[in-house]
Amino acid sequence: MQPTSQAFKANAHQALGDPNLQRAMGMMRTGFPKNRAAAIERLPEFDALRDEGIAIKNHVIANLDFYLETFEKNVIAQGGKVHWCRTAQEACETVLGICRSLDAKTVTKGKSMVGEEMALNDFLEANGVTPIETDLGEYIVQIRHESPSHIIAPAVHLVKEQMAESFRATHTDLPHARSLEEPRVLCDEARAVLRPKFLAADVGITGANFLIAETGSSVIVTNEGNGDLTQILPKAHIVLASLEKVVPTLEDASTLLRLLARSATGQEFSTYTTVSTGPRRAEDNDGPGEYHVVLLDNGRTALLGGEFQDMLRCIRCAACLNHCPVYGAVGGHAYGWVYSGPMGAVLTPSLIGIEQAGHLPNASTFCGRCESVCPMRIPLPKMMRQWREREFEKKLTPKTQRWGLGLWAYVAQRPALYRLASGVTGAILGMLGGRHGHFRSLPFASGWTDMRDLPAPEGKSFMSLWAERRKA
Amino acid sequence: MAEPIRVALFVTCLVDLFRPTVGFAAVKLLEDAGCSVTVPALQTCCGQPAYNSGDRGDAKAIARQVIGAFAGFDYVVVPSGSCGGMIKTHYPRLFADEPALAEQAANLAARTFELVAFLADVVKTTRIDARYAGVATYHDACSGLRELDVKEQPRRLLKDVAGLTLKEMATPEVCCGFGGTFCVKYPEISDKMVTDKVADIAATGADTLLCGDMGCLLNMAGKLSRLGKTVSVRHVAEVLAGMTDDAPPIGAPREKR
Repeated sequence: MQPTSQAFKANAHQALGDPNLQRAMGMMRTGFPKNRAAAIERLPEFDALRDEGIAIKNHVIANLDFYLETFEKNVIAQGGKVHWCRTAQEACETVLGICRSLDAKTVTKGKSMVGEEMALNDFLEANGVTPIETDLGEYIVQIRHESPSHIIAPAVHLVKEQMAESFRATHTDLPHARSLEEPRVLCDEARAVLRPKFLAADVGITGANFLIAETGSSVIVTNEGNGDLTQILPKAHIVLASLEKVVPTLEDASTLLRLLARSATGQEFSTYTTVSTGPRRAEDNDGPGEYHVVLLDNGRTALLGGEFQDMLRCIRCAACLNHCPVYGAVGGHAYGWVYSGPMGAVLTPSLIGIEQAGHLPNASTFCGRCESVCPMRIPLPKMMRQWREREFEKKLTPKTQRWGLGLWAYVAQRPALYRLASGVTGAILGMLGGRHGHFRSLPFASGWTDMRDLPAPEGKSFMSLWAERRKA
Repeated sequence: MAEPIRVALFVTCLVDLFRPTVGFAAVKLLEDAGCSVTVPALQTCCGQPAYNSGDRGDAKAIARQVIGAFAGFDYVVVPSGSCGGMIKTHYPRLFADEPALAEQAANLAARTFELVAFLADVVKTTRIDARYAGVATYHDACSGLRELDVKEQPRRLLKDVAGLTLKEMATPEVCCGFGGTFCVKYPEISDKMVTDKVADIAATGADTLLCGDMGCLLNMAGKLSRLGKTVSVRHVAEVLAGMTDDAPPIGAPREKR
């Protein structure tokens, strides 16, 4: 996926003017936070559980090599294979190699953000393998030739009328005049269309919410059961996972699962939690013939031991997206790459470079709502600020901003000069704006006054009034 | 008689420039609570604009100036959760790798409080001698709420204001879109956020909007004014101090005397 993060402002402008997107985001902004709050209300020990989850992830990050090697050893013991891939390209080649070895024509796919990071669908298609997304939201964005705009709700930027329109345009063998108003009907139609594709697929690809070192298993959660059909029916199951997904034990995974569902959708547990261990055994009724884990680094090991290491605790619940007022205003596509919202603002510069993604950590008010809801208590605002520091050091911050800041900082370090400046500014603006109490436009402040009035200062500054009062 | 508590007021740059009344309201509230108030002359700003722009060097230089200017007082009180949070939460982080300054920063942080939290939690003000006829809604400014746990204190004190009724908006904890330089760096996104906020405020039917941070207040007052909504916007300290006759609401025309 070619990043468009540099065009964040233009992307945001477009999103703000898109009435469908605005309607969809309006629903999202109230729904997710309400459900999460209710779920946490029902679990008084949520904060203690959070601490437990954080300890698990911190322990794994500190011993990542050990747990990854243990995981591989146990995958092999169960008859599966682990493919270590440094880059997205290597991972794509690996998946294609497996598909070719099985002469695969179609692959079904469960939802995977690592797959998005690899831009796997485009790669497979270019190489003659047809990928079919089976998560309803992913299926919708695929038939619209879009990318997911949210890490757990890929089509959250759409309203149901747009979905119906896409179904009509794609499922042309069905009667055009059919009613598609009810979400349930859309769901049933997708199910009917996908069923034969599940049966015909040669390879099934899923992501992984967790990898279990002690058993060599992968775990996925879905609400549709599509992941199970994706992985059980074909000749091979390929798991795409970034390497920080590993946890020591099944017990650890269940601790994190309790945090994940509540933080994500406000469910106590996702509808389906599927643990996959190796290929089909002789005594199994069903299951894939081969089990592969494509383990992707793609820049993550570079975060180890550095100032962005805490980001590796992220369990991709999307609570930060769901509670972010900036994400809620512009949606995920504006961020211009795979990950959006606060977690994307921190992770994207790590993975594609701050030169490309410079806007993302800047487009935040530091309101802190993301950190307050993050089950892993990742200090997202702090890390966005760290990115701003890296930008400032590299002189990537816009020149006008640097000069303005430099001038202001010079004055702010000279209290007498500052006194004079604020006194004069207050007096002049107070005099000019006093009659109306505000300015409708002001030169050099159009960034403010294009959108809102600027309340006028009362007149004399506090410090000058205070000094006068002292003398009196 | 006990020695009065020696409080230094950190005025904040926005109160200094835009709304001196808030500074005087803070002084009155502190003096009513038995404090002696000093306004150190060497203060300018807390350094947050530099800090949040990634300019650590200037942020540290300004923080050192504040640490020096506010040494020796029992408490430092700030009529802003944002500047208060900068001093209390972020100064110690700024000097994490300079032990001598880190200690001074931690010392200052421990003595620093947001105004309303100081009144409610530290000096435990019991008598608020103020009257305000109106229905107010209260916006929780982000830094005060999430960095300093300022939530119920303003509501608790506002209960004692005669004539005032508090009516909560649907999402008082959602950011208004100010965000310091954010509002001019990303004006369209900021506008969307403050437009939603103002709709939430208007939906309460309240005639007054209160909040403890000048940045948010200027932003929300500016949007309300642009949209022609007649909501009186005030810093919570003005109402608690009973000083609403001293100045028209933020952004409103000055009355002819």
